Amino acid sequence: MSDIHRTIEAVWKIESTRLIASIARVTRDIGIAEELAQDALVAALEQWPEEGVPEKPAAWLMTAAKRRAIDYLRRGRMLEQKHGEIARELEFQQQQLAEALDRALEQVIDDDVLRLIFTACHPVLAVEGRIALTLRLICGLSTAEIARAFLVPEKTLGQRIFRAKKTLSEAHVPFETPRGDELRARVESVLSVVYLIFNEGYTATSGEEWMRVVLCDDALRLGRMLVELLPGESEVHGLLALMELQASRNAARRGRKGEAILLMEQDRSRWDHAQIHRGMAALHHAQRLGGGAGNYALQAAIVACHARASNAAETDWERIVLLYDALLQIRSSPIVALNRAVAVGMAQGPAAGLDALDGIATDPALTGYHLLPSVRGDLLMKLGRFTEAREEIQRAIAMTQNKREQELLMEKIKQMRQM
Amino acid sequence: MRFMMIVIPKGYETAAPDAAPSAEAVAKMMVYNKSLQKAGVLLALDGLFPPSTGARISYTDGKATVTDGPFAEAKEVIGGYWIIQVRSREEAIEWAKRAPMASNEIIEVRQIHEMGDFPADVQKAAEGFENLPNAAAAKA
Repeated sequence: MSDIHRTIEAVWKIESTRLIASIARVTRDIGIAEELAQDALVAALEQWPEEGVPEKPAAWLMTAAKRRAIDYLRRGRMLEQKHGEIARELEFQQQQLAEALDRALEQVIDDDVLRLIFTACHPVLAVEGRIALTLRLICGLSTAEIARAFLVPEKTLGQRIFRAKKTLSEAHVPFETPRGDELRARVESVLSVVYLIFNEGYTATSGEEWMRVVLCDDALRLGRMLVELLPGESEVHGLLALMELQASRNAARRGRKGEAILLMEQDRSRWDHAQIHRGMAALHHAQRLGGGAGNYALQAAIVACHARASNAAETDWERIVLLYDALLQIRSSPIVALNRAVAVGMAQGPAAGLDALDGIATDPALTGYHLLPSVRGDLLMKLGRFTEAREEIQRAIAMTQNKREQELLMEKIKQMRQM
Repeated sequence: MRFMMIVIPKGYETAAPDAAPSAEAVAKMMVYNKSLQKAGVLLALDGLFPPSTGARISYTDGKATVTDGPFAEAKEVIGGYWIIQVRSREEAIEWAKRAPMASNEIIEVRQIHEMGDFPADVQKAAEGFENLPNAAAAKA
């Protein structure tokens, strides 16, 4: 890629969200808004290499997109009025249209960005569609980039985005910020999309790569945007806190050969302490807003317990167990119960942990989940019951697709041979 | 990736100890800062007192010599910085181009080292360095 193309790409990544959002206010259809914005990008790709990057690239793109939006709306009007209206009236209408568009595009567009996010994460869409649209429209990622991040063929991803836009259009999903009772549920939908993107980066579900930091960074960026757009929503701060605190461990989660290093074995001096600081600030913000018992805020509070401790032994495991209890009050989840069992094991000893685990072992939701035998194996190992521990860990190895996790579990079996 | 955008204001090398930007300049800067924040790229920012209030410590054969500011020989001094998280060097440059700077002012854009960028022996040497100042702040 040439320098100028890299520059255009950078401008696009900065400007595309606001561009699409403000055009969508006029077209009321985010799929069409994106196409018009893309047309403006194509024009830039044609003209800027010849004429140089304009002094105000954002304004240039906005003008180009606006021209295309006017053309688009004009075509729509023409179709409506094909029964021979006099030309002068049509011209007058076009002028009005152009002025209305000008006014719309000059207004503060934060609300439009928020509407764009709510629409991209609309519950009418399949979760995969929400994720793809969010990365495409809000993060400015290309279809190829999203496909690469999710390890799916570009064609599949393209179809996913196409289908999502079509669904929104056919369902006549309004381009608006939900109000009242609906707001809470819709905010939750947005937050879950952002956290899914984060987790896709944080723990890749398959393949050799343990995490894809780029997705974590994009999710964090989304989280920071949302905090600005919805400052009064405590869970927005809670999610940002959770992501900052988790991501602060990124450098320590990978060994020099790319191998995974779990929390207990991490060199905590390699945690990003400036990021921990940001996470703590976001968590306090959530708590100040009265949202300390929210789903994300509680999860963030658990990660914060680890961030405060300089090693596993100094961790306030009792408090972590209480936080898991509170989390289970909001939403009963076998995965959360599994994590609670790990914390019980640390707070009250491996035998207590094993008891807690027995309570959930038969949960059908955990069938085939590799962390169940993995945790059980670990607790048995601590109790010196090596034969049973080995069996459990071997089961866990067979259940996970992630090669790094397999290596980690093998390492445990090796350790037991030396005990 | 993280970048530091370093502000090098012309004339700051000789600015009086109590020199402060005008309210108008600050207001413009706040609009820009807000745009960084809204885009989710801003991690930190600070402005620095003029060099006339600072000191330079130079080292010869392990011996430190202190010189109080202003520094007669300095042509470019730092006035402040932003730390941003972006996806490319080009994106950092684009953000810098949008800053409301006065004529002759300079912004230098520099990528921040992540520990993973260093060779293995350097990473090894940095291991176990627990008492970073902001580590203490995070625990507070």
